[in-house]
Amino acid sequence: MSEFALTHAWLIPLLPALAFVVIGFFTRLDKSISAKIAISMISVSFLLALGVLAAVISGPITMDNPLIQKVLWAKMGTLELSMGVLVDPMTAMMLIVVTTVALLVQIYSVGYMEHDPGAGRFFAFLSLFASSMLGLVISVNFLQMYAFWELVGVCSYLLIGFYYYKISAREAAKKAFITTRIGDFGMLLGILLLQITFGTLDFMELKELVPAYIWISGTGFMTVVGLLLFIGPIGKSGQFPLHVWLPDAMEGPTPVSALIHAATMVVAGVYLVGRAYFIFSALPAVMTVIAWIGGFTAFFAATIAITQRPFKRILAYSTISQLGYMMLALGVGSLTASMFHLMTHAFFKALLFLCAGAVIEAMNEEADIFKMGGLRHRMPTTFKCMAVGVLAIAGVPPFAGFFSKDMILAAAAEVSMPLYLLAAATAFLTAFYMARLLFVAFFGEVREDCPAHETNSYMRMPLVVLAVLAVVSGAWGHFAGFGEWVYFGAVQEEHIDFMIAGSSVLLTLIAFALAYEIYVAKRFSAHLLAQRFGILYTLSYNKYYVDEFYTIVRNTFVDKLGAVLYWFDLHVVDGVVNGLAKGVGCLSCVFTALQNGQAQRYVAVFYCGVIVLVAYSVFCAVRILNLLGGAF
Amino acid sequence: MNEAVNLIHGVVNWGMGTAADLDMGTLIDASVFYALMWVSVLSALGVVLCKNVVHSALLLTASFIGVGCLYIYMSSPFIGAVQFLVYGGAVAILIVMALMLTRRDDMSESNPSRNIWCRVGAAVISGLFFCCMALVTLLTPFKNVTVDLGDSVTGLADMMLTKYIIPFEVAAVLLLIAMIGALVLAKGAHES
Amino acid sequence: MIDIFSLSVMDIVNWSLHVGLAHFLLLAAVLFSIGLYGLLTKKGIISTLMCVELMLNAANINLVAFNHYRPFQDFSGQLMAIFSVAVAASEVAVGIALAFRIYREHGSIHVDELNNMKG
Repeated sequence: MSEFALTHAWLIPLLPALAFVVIGFFTRLDKSISAKIAISMISVSFLLALGVLAAVISGPITMDNPLIQKVLWAKMGTLELSMGVLVDPMTAMMLIVVTTVALLVQIYSVGYMEHDPGAGRFFAFLSLFASSMLGLVISVNFLQMYAFWELVGVCSYLLIGFYYYKISAREAAKKAFITTRIGDFGMLLGILLLQITFGTLDFMELKELVPAYIWISGTGFMTVVGLLLFIGPIGKSGQFPLHVWLPDAMEGPTPVSALIHAATMVVAGVYLVGRAYFIFSALPAVMTVIAWIGGFTAFFAATIAITQRPFKRILAYSTISQLGYMMLALGVGSLTASMFHLMTHAFFKALLFLCAGAVIEAMNEEADIFKMGGLRHRMPTTFKCMAVGVLAIAGVPPFAGFFSKDMILAAAAEVSMPLYLLAAATAFLTAFYMARLLFVAFFGEVREDCPAHETNSYMRMPLVVLAVLAVVSGAWGHFAGFGEWVYFGAVQEEHIDFMIAGSSVLLTLIAFALAYEIYVAKRFSAHLLAQRFGILYTLSYNKYYVDEFYTIVRNTFVDKLGAVLYWFDLHVVDGVVNGLAKGVGCLSCVFTALQNGQAQRYVAVFYCGVIVLVAYSVFCAVRILNLLGGAF
Repeated sequence: MNEAVNLIHGVVNWGMGTAADLDMGTLIDASVFYALMWVSVLSALGVVLCKNVVHSALLLTASFIGVGCLYIYMSSPFIGAVQFLVYGGAVAILIVMALMLTRRDDMSESNPSRNIWCRVGAAVISGLFFCCMALVTLLTPFKNVTVDLGDSVTGLADMMLTKYIIPFEVAAVLLLIAMIGALVLAKGAHES
Repeated sequence: MIDIFSLSVMDIVNWSLHVGLAHFLLLAAVLFSIGLYGLLTKKGIISTLMCVELMLNAANINLVAFNHYRPFQDFSGQLMAIFSVAVAASEVAVGIALAFRIYREHGSIHVDELNNMKG
C-alpha cells in the first residue's frame, strides 16, 4: 500500500483537480453531489498522503535522498522543462498537513455552506485550491513550483472574491491578487536569473551547482538572486511590507480563510524558502534579511492584533505574526523549527478559524468581539476547541505550539540576542491578544439579544479532530524525532532548553493573567489603558497606517505618473502615429495623381518605363550584340 | 564610345557598299520604297492630326494600303493580300460603321485631342521612343541578305498545317470567341 | 564622335538608296511612334483604337521585314504576321463592341471621362 502511494504520489494533486473539473463542468448546480465528489477525492488524496508518509518513515527516503519521478514537459531547443514528483520527509509532512486541513475544511464547508446557492462553485474552487497547493508541494523544479504558485494565487483570488456581489469582497480579492503579484514578479526575476546562470531549474541539480558556484564566484550575485527569490515569499506569506492583503482576505467565506491562513496559501512562501534552502543557507546576508523581516513581522503584527476588534482580523494578524516566526526560524538557520511550527500552526490556526466561522455564523455575521460575550454557555463544544487552539498558539505545554515555538526561540537565541528578545516579546503579545479574544468573546455575561447557538455536526466534527491534532501534534513531533526527519545539513538535536522554555511559559502565564484582570475581572479599565497609551493605541488600532501610506504613495506616484504617461501617450505616441498616418496620406496624394484612373496616363507611364529599359539596353549595346552572336 | 563609332562605320559600309554599286535597279527600288513609305507615314500623321474623324478613318485605310504594298515589295504577296482584305477592307469598314453608329451630329470637330500639355508630353514620349528605336536600329550591323523563298502561299500553308497547327486552331477559336464576345458586349447582358 | 560627323554626304546618300532591313525598321518605328502619340492624345475611343491599329501594323512590318532580309529558307515571320493580323482583327471587333457599350452606358466615347479605375 505504501509503495503504491509512493509511486503514485502524482495522483495526490491530480484527484482534487479532477474533482474541480467534474464539479465545474457537470455537477456545479447540485450542492450535495458536488460536496460528495470534492470530499471523496480529497479523502483519497489524504489516504495516499498517509501512504506516502508511512513509506517515507519506514523507507530509505531522507532529506538528502529524496525520491524523484520526472517526465519531460516541454522541450525548446536545448532547454528541457520537466515536471514530476519529489518526495522527501518535508514533502510528506506538507502533504499530510495540506490534505488533512483541506479535508476537514471541506467537511466543515458542508455545514457552513448549507444555505448558500453557490456551494457547488465553492467546492470546485476549494478542490482546485487544494490541488494547486499539493502540486506546489511536490514540485521538482522552480518552474513547476512557480506555475502552481500562480495557480494558488488565482484560486485565492477566486475564493476571497467568492461573494462577488459584495464590493468589499471584490476589492479584497483584487488586493490579494495584486499584492502577491508584486512579490511573484521579484520571484520570477530570481527564477529567470537562476535559469540564465545555471541553465537548469531542477532542485536537485541546483543543489549540486549552487555551492560550487558560490565557491568560485563568491556570494555577490547569488545574494541578488536570493533576495529576488525571497520577494515572492514576502508577498505570498504576508511578510512586512506586503502583509496588507492578508487581513482583508477574510472577506471570503470563513473556511477559505482557514485554508488560506493555515495550510494552503501563506505557507507556500515558507515552504519555498525551505525547499530552496540550499540557496538561502549559503548566503549569510540573505539569511540575515530573512531573519529580521520575519522577526519584525512577527512583532509588528502582534502589536496590531492586540487592539483589533473583529474576530477574524485578530486571527489574521496572528497568522502574519506566526508566519513571521517561521521566517525567523528559517533566517536563523533552523529548517526543522520552521517546518515544525508550520505543521502545528496549520492545525491550530485552522482550528481557530473554523471556530471563528462557527461563532460568526452563530452570531448572524456579527464579527466584533465586544458585541459577543458569554458564548461558552451557548456553544460549549466550540468553546472547548477554541480554548485548545488558544492554549496551543500561546505556547502552553503540552499543547502543540509550545514545542514548536520553543524550538524557534532556542534557535533564535543561539544566533542573535535581539532576535530572541523580539521573538519572546512576540510570544508575550501573542498570549495576551489570544487570551483577550477568548475572554472577551466567550466569558462574561450573555447578552440578551445574543442569537448564538451550537453549530451543526458537520461543523463540530472537524473542530474536534483539529483540536486533538492541536494537542498531540507538538508532543508527537517532539518525541518522535521530527528533527531527525526534516532537517537541513546536519540532524538537529532534540532538546528543551529549560531556561528558554521556562521563561516563555512564564511570560505566557503573565499575559494570560493580565488579560484576565483586564477583560474578565475588569480590575483595569481597557478604555483607560487605551487612553493612557493614546498614540500607541491609535497607531496599532489603525494598523500603523500602512494601507493609508500605500494609498498616499499610489495617489502621488502611480496616479501622477499615470497622468504624465497618459499625456505622453495622448500627445507624443498618438501624435507620432497620427503624424505618420498624415505623412502617408500626403505621400499618397502624390501617387494618386498618377493613379487618376485614365488609361492614357497609364500608357504614358508604361512607355516611359519602356524607354528607360531600351535606353539601358542600348547603353549596354555590346553585351546585347554578343548575345545576338552575329546572326545578322 | 569608340565601339559605337566603329559600329556606325560598319553600318555605313555594309549598307551602301560603294558608289559604283548604284545602278538603275537600285534607284527604282529606292524610289518605290520611298514613295510607299511617304504614303504610309503621311497618312498615319493625317490619322493623328485630322480634326474630322471620318477623314482619319479614310487616311488610316490609305496607310494600311501603303503598308500592304510594302509587303508586296518585300516579296510577301500573301501578307500583302491579307493586309488589303483584313485591314483595308474589314477593319476600315468596321471603324467607319462604328463611327457612324456612335455619332450623328456634325463631324467637323469630331476628333478632339487632349490639352496642350498632354500633347507635348505625348510628343516627348513618342519622340524619345523613336530615338531609342532608331539608335538601336542604326547601331545594329544588319547583313542584308535576301534569299529567294519561292512560293510564299505554299510555304505558309505547309507550316500552318504542320508545325503551327495548334496556334492556327487557337487563332480560329480566338476569332470565334471574339465574335461571340463582341456580340454579347454590344448587345448588353441585361437585355437578353 | 568625330567619325560620325566626318561621314560624307555621298556616304549618306549611298546608304539611303540601298534599301535594307534598317530602312524598314525605321519606318516601323516612325509608324509606331505616330500611333503612340495618337494613343496618348486622342479623346475619342475609336480614334484610340485606330492608333492601336497603326502600332500593330508597325509591328507587322518588322515581322515581315525580318523574314525577308534573313538568310534562311523559312516563313515563320510571315506566319507570325498572319497570326498577328488575326489577333488584331478580333481585338478590333471586341474594341468596337466595347466602344458601343460605353457609348450607350455613358452617352459619350471620350476616354478622359472614363476614370472608374481611379483609386
